[in-house]
Amino acid sequence: MTESTPQRRGAPLWAQIIVWVFLVGLLVIVAMGLRRAQQGTVQPGQVIDNFKLTLFSGYEYEGKTEVTMNELRGNIVVINFWASWCKPCEQEATELQQAWEIYGPTGEVVFIGADYVDTEPEARVYLKKFGITFPNGPDLATKISQYFRIKGVPETYFIDREGVLQFVQVGPFASLQQFQSIIDPMLSN
Amino acid sequence: MTTIHNATNLRITNYSEVSLWDKLLPAILIALTFTLIFSTLAFAQSPTPTDDDVNKIAKQLYCPVCESTPLDVCPTEACRQWREVIRTMLADGKSEAEIKQHFVTQYGVRVLNVPPNPWANYLVPGVAILLGTLMLVRGFQLWKRPLVAESASAGSKREAQPIQQDEYIQKMEEELRKRK
Repeated sequence: MTESTPQRRGAPLWAQIIVWVFLVGLLVIVAMGLRRAQQGTVQPGQVIDNFKLTLFSGYEYEGKTEVTMNELRGNIVVINFWASWCKPCEQEATELQQAWEIYGPTGEVVFIGADYVDTEPEARVYLKKFGITFPNGPDLATKISQYFRIKGVPETYFIDREGVLQFVQVGPFASLQQFQSIIDPMLSN
Repeated sequence: MTTIHNATNLRITNYSEVSLWDKLLPAILIALTFTLIFSTLAFAQSPTPTDDDVNKIAKQLYCPVCESTPLDVCPTEACRQWREVIRTMLADGKSEAEIKQHFVTQYGVRVLNVPPNPWANYLVPGVAILLGTLMLVRGFQLWKRPLVAESASAGSKREAQPIQQDEYIQKMEEELRKRK
């Protein structure tokens, strides 16, 4: 004798799908957030999108108060994130300027300083103190640093003529030779 | 003669009284003028903002360098600079809203302790959470309802089932008996 067990009815299929989609969606959002939090800076090989940097008066690029990534394509671009309150930035400031003085006149390399969460008067004091002359401007609303996902300052990004990121330096440069060891191969390519 | 003398005396006396007033009047006028000028200047210049004035705004801002630290208690050099910016802007007569807007423009919305448009920022997640909760509740109800409905409707079935089963058993037993 087999006693028939009452058959248990489930929720309608559409309701189950909605609930599961909702739960999976939540998990995906959480996972994406975690992944982004664990991600480092943008990685070499990535094409850098266009961005705009407003420049300090006296630190313009070819007389312009703004510079965009698009107009720099065709040049090797060195983007240095710094701040006046950043002590490690001071360690590389002199070498950075020396490198600019070497490569700037060639017209093939453009140095851009992005001043990260800083105040303009203090930034100007810093620029004057280290005799920096290459284009510099505030990273307004931290849009550029967020794009590069910088973890701190100083950080320097080397972008080739095609707009592809080639090298990332996290922390200060130790010497001028270190700059040259990165830029020279990019120039020869 | 006497009259004249008296009159002269009187005139002299009057002259000496006016003279005293005339001497005092310019001094009073100068004093009043200086008082007016300095008080006007004092009103024109905002008083030097105190630390409390600065911190009142600073506590509404967050340091983006050291996360989750309000600006008024942040010990870093960057935060010190920012507090000085607030002090300077207050001294320049800028309002709280103008100062906060300056920081948003310079450093982004994330420096604010309260989003600039709380409705938009709270409404969207709020609606999403509400919808999600409703969907979950609805989902659980749908899972539960068939069982309730089943148990409710099964009440009559369960009552009927033993009878049906008994009849079936009886028939089976009868069949078996016949075969024996």
